[in-house]
Amino acid sequence: MEKKILAILEQRDGKIKKSSFETLSVAQHFASSLEMTVDAVVIGEKIENASDVFSYCNCNLVHFTHTDLQLYSSSAYKKIVVEYASQQGSEFILISNTSLGKDLAPRIAIGLNAGLVSDCTALNLNEKEIIATRPVYAGKALHEVKLNSQVKMYSLRPNVFKAVQLENKAEEKISTVAVENPDLSNRVKEIKRSEGKLDVAEADIIVSGGRGVKGPEHFVLIEKLAEQLGAAVGASRAVVDAGWRPHEDQVGQTGKTVSPSLYIACGISGAIQHLAGMSSSKYIVAINKDKDAPIFTVADYGIAGDLFEILPVLTEEIKKLKS
Amino acid sequence: MKIAVCVSHVPDTATRVKIAGDQKSIDPTGVSFVLNPYDEFAVEEALKTKEKFGGDVIVISVGGDQVKETIRKSLAMGVDEGVHLKTGEVLDSFAIAQALADEIKSLGCELVFMGKQSVDYDNGIVGQLTAEMLGYNSISVCVTFQLEGTTVTAEREIEGGKEIVETSLPCVITAQKGLNDPRYASLKGIMTAKKKVIQEKPVGSKPALVENLQLKMPVAKNPGRILGTDSSAVPELVKLLHEEAKVI
Repeated sequence: MEKKILAILEQRDGKIKKSSFETLSVAQHFASSLEMTVDAVVIGEKIENASDVFSYCNCNLVHFTHTDLQLYSSSAYKKIVVEYASQQGSEFILISNTSLGKDLAPRIAIGLNAGLVSDCTALNLNEKEIIATRPVYAGKALHEVKLNSQVKMYSLRPNVFKAVQLENKAEEKISTVAVENPDLSNRVKEIKRSEGKLDVAEADIIVSGGRGVKGPEHFVLIEKLAEQLGAAVGASRAVVDAGWRPHEDQVGQTGKTVSPSLYIACGISGAIQHLAGMSSSKYIVAINKDKDAPIFTVADYGIAGDLFEILPVLTEEIKKLKS
Repeated sequence: MKIAVCVSHVPDTATRVKIAGDQKSIDPTGVSFVLNPYDEFAVEEALKTKEKFGGDVIVISVGGDQVKETIRKSLAMGVDEGVHLKTGEVLDSFAIAQALADEIKSLGCELVFMGKQSVDYDNGIVGQLTAEMLGYNSISVCVTFQLEGTTVTAEREIEGGKEIVETSLPCVITAQKGLNDPRYASLKGIMTAKKKVIQEKPVGSKPALVENLQLKMPVAKNPGRILGTDSSAVPELVKLLHEEAKVI
């Protein structure tokens, strides 16, 4: 029988997310190396960009639709995926480790009697066996594991695997399945959005502030720079604990682990908990008065000076570059 | 109502990790262990729920003898009873969840709290695994929790906002920072905790679903360049970000 990979995709507001295209690229890669075929599922009432799926992966896309499934329901989503994967006999299951993926993956694993490795940052083939690498101790160490189960499931850290477009777009194979009586015993009633705010977990650029910013009123310097860059505003644990910034902005071991293309740390000394959460960023810039601060050990570029003098100039220079 | 709170015993977040000789674990020398930070929120929420609705809070922890310290800390915060599920092995998330689920079932707890993840292995899946094994509902990464009758409502953190999730008992809740402000153990609490008996039960051995192959250190980055000490370095920084790093 044909061996199968299942990619579980995620939509928000009817659009398949970027992290799902990363998942599709990983599925495509393994399908080619292991001579497997790919199925993809997406659950939601309407999907606007379903056709984009085939730019990343040659697969059969199944769209499960129901008016009550536009928002996440762990009970319904789990049941749909478990039934579909059982029918297909999917052997490898991939999902992005977003907040939805984190919640859904373990439920599906139990439903399918599968092993699960969560938050993978690398999947490598060793004699047809997948070796998964995942950060532990918030990235202070890396753990290599393999699954000893028949069905194997991996959740992938967003922003780590590249979404690679195929040379030639694959044939569009989409089927739509109307879900009957979804199990809504566990469901999202509504989403409260932080208006106009970019989340650090999803941002491609993050500008973060620490104690060196000297007070919540001075975060406007960070915000202005972030605005020019189209970046999210992050914060160190010290300033979150001091109540200057909300918890969802916190980067580090008891906050969010991030890997943006660019991380600009302003007035952050670089406590080990903070470094653990951001050192996998592709490029790091540190602006800090103390040239001996640990943040400079992970920074690609640094300015060892006063952020109050530097940030306005940096914001202005970026503005010039963009115009 | 019987409320369970599941806790783990983890290295303090300020720990500098060193790999042990077996290449499969960390060297515990000089490492101080604490109650997992996210589990503190779980303990607090369990106690608050008991204060509101009555009942008993039972703390459960899986691991070697050292986890007793963390059980005692929870008892000192006000938890009524402690159960130590004893094992000498490092179990994977599935085995931990199974041990917890079996115990929760035999205790008959309808409401279970635990941290959203342990800050050692950072898997973040034990809560939902336990719930699914029990056939309970669950809500993960909660920053609020409300119980009315058997209806559970919680807000969970997602990218760029919060989801308001509704379900019903029996239920597992995993706690995110921001759920509450964990209390400190009082002196009286600490004294009482010393006298409480911690029940010890062995955990059976099973082949691991997730096999531990190797623990290794990440590749250290080369230290970067300090471009200057004031804003005169900014043009060079912008040029490097634009032309060398190509990130802006």
